[in-house]
Amino acid sequence: MSALAEEFDPASIVTHDPVVRVEGICKHYGSVEALRSIDLQFERGKLTTLLGPSGCGKTTLLKIIAGLVPATSGRIMVNGRAVTGPGPERAFVFQDFALMPWATVLRNVAFGLELKGTPAAERNRVARHHIEQVGLQGFEDKYPHELSGGMRQRVGIARAFAVNADVLLLDEPFSAVDEQNRRKFQEDLLRLVEIENKTFIFVTHSIEEAVYVSDRIVLLSPRPGRVSQVIEPKIDRAADPDDIRRDAGYLDVVEEIWQGLRHYAE
Amino acid sequence: MSVMSQEKAVTGARAGPREGLRLFAQNRKSFWVVLSLVGLFTAWEIAGRVPISFAFPTFLETLAAFFEMLGDGTMFRAFFLTLQPLVLGVGISALVGIALGIAMGLSDRVEWLLAPVFIVLQAAPMAALVPLVTFVYGIGLTAKTLAVVMLALPVIVLNSYKAVRHVNPSLVDMCRSFQGTRMQQIFKIIIPDASPVLFAGLRLGVAAGFIGVMLAELLITPTGIGDLITYHRSVANYAHMYAAVAAIIAVSTLTLAGLQYVEVNVLRPEKRRK
Repeated sequence: MSALAEEFDPASIVTHDPVVRVEGICKHYGSVEALRSIDLQFERGKLTTLLGPSGCGKTTLLKIIAGLVPATSGRIMVNGRAVTGPGPERAFVFQDFALMPWATVLRNVAFGLELKGTPAAERNRVARHHIEQVGLQGFEDKYPHELSGGMRQRVGIARAFAVNADVLLLDEPFSAVDEQNRRKFQEDLLRLVEIENKTFIFVTHSIEEAVYVSDRIVLLSPRPGRVSQVIEPKIDRAADPDDIRRDAGYLDVVEEIWQGLRHYAE
Repeated sequence: MSVMSQEKAVTGARAGPREGLRLFAQNRKSFWVVLSLVGLFTAWEIAGRVPISFAFPTFLETLAAFFEMLGDGTMFRAFFLTLQPLVLGVGISALVGIALGIAMGLSDRVEWLLAPVFIVLQAAPMAALVPLVTFVYGIGLTAKTLAVVMLALPVIVLNSYKAVRHVNPSLVDMCRSFQGTRMQQIFKIIIPDASPVLFAGLRLGVAAGFIGVMLAELLITPTGIGDLITYHRSVANYAHMYAAVAAIIAVSTLTLAGLQYVEVNVLRPEKRRK
């Protein structure tokens, strides 16, 4: 298993089927420059991670792609069209789950469809399918406070899948989940990337998590956030998860990224 | 849970009445509510028997007076009159107050426009303004309703405003990310998420409304419960006077409890399962 990471000059990345194109995105909060001319492309069926120290603007970039935060300049193209706000081709998974505490699991998962006006029978059918996909069957009528943190995020993921978007935007989805559950989640996420032909954009601050789940890692440097490095960890996903985590190639990539980031750590 | 308490109740019956009472006390919240009231009424009875003042009747005398007034219909007639300005005033305050509060929560401009007015109104000692109302609106239902609104509205507006401002921004983002319209955002996310604080404001508003209606009936013209209090005080019928006071307190308490029941059972079903 060759797990050598290949490095690219960020300017020369050309992908074959870019579903999402980030073109010259800059973001200022007043006099603070959060992001400086970000250019990126995201391919279908791949998982790209935005990785960087806190304050590098990775969540801001994700929210700009989601259309939740306006960019100061630059544009976001999704399926060849420039977008300015949220759209049906993108779905967001929130760090704090963002579940409605007064609604059952079923209603939470079906909420995206409820907002679109899908009839109740149809949206509940779709929601039940996705609840089963994330392994929560039997919990349809529970309320979020009756679930563990890990189960709550499964609801958040099922809700994002239920609207059948092309692009899934995940904002540190596993950071509020305990360690055992996080590993299980990472494995489940890899399975989802494999079976669903969707574009995944994933934000994390965990190097190990990024190397384990990503087809490509975009390293952002802080203040202002810029693309400092793009790494493709060539890891054989067919191997046993526990072997991957012990693999020398995997550990080398983790080490390489750490060397690239360590001077930002206080 | 209910099976367990039944089981305990059965073993309690076998173990004798004292043990049974102990288990009942462990399992039932109502036991403590009753105990609290019994303590209060006992203290009242003792204070009346001492007596702390010749104008302070015992609990039992007051209770007898209450049933007498209930029997001859004076209590019903009094409540019929008192509840008119109260229900009208609280109803208007709830509708207008929640609407204004939500508008202030949603828009900075509406907030800047209205917040100062209601902050001043909330800080003002409204009882001092009640005589002013009689100059403008006389002594009828309008004046009394207005007194209720003056007390209830500011607290409802300011709490509704705060409720909307403290809505979880992540839920609003979630609604936006699924292309919810502004109306869907308000009715499906903001109002349900704000409802606990909204209802807290409503409860405070209703309590203030009771204060308002009593002020109106004592300061504007004696009608309803206010008339009962004024009349029985003037003829030194203290047991009847206290019966009227206690009756309005009881109705106020029951109304607030009812409001809480509606909140938990209608708006926030997840709170039933704690």
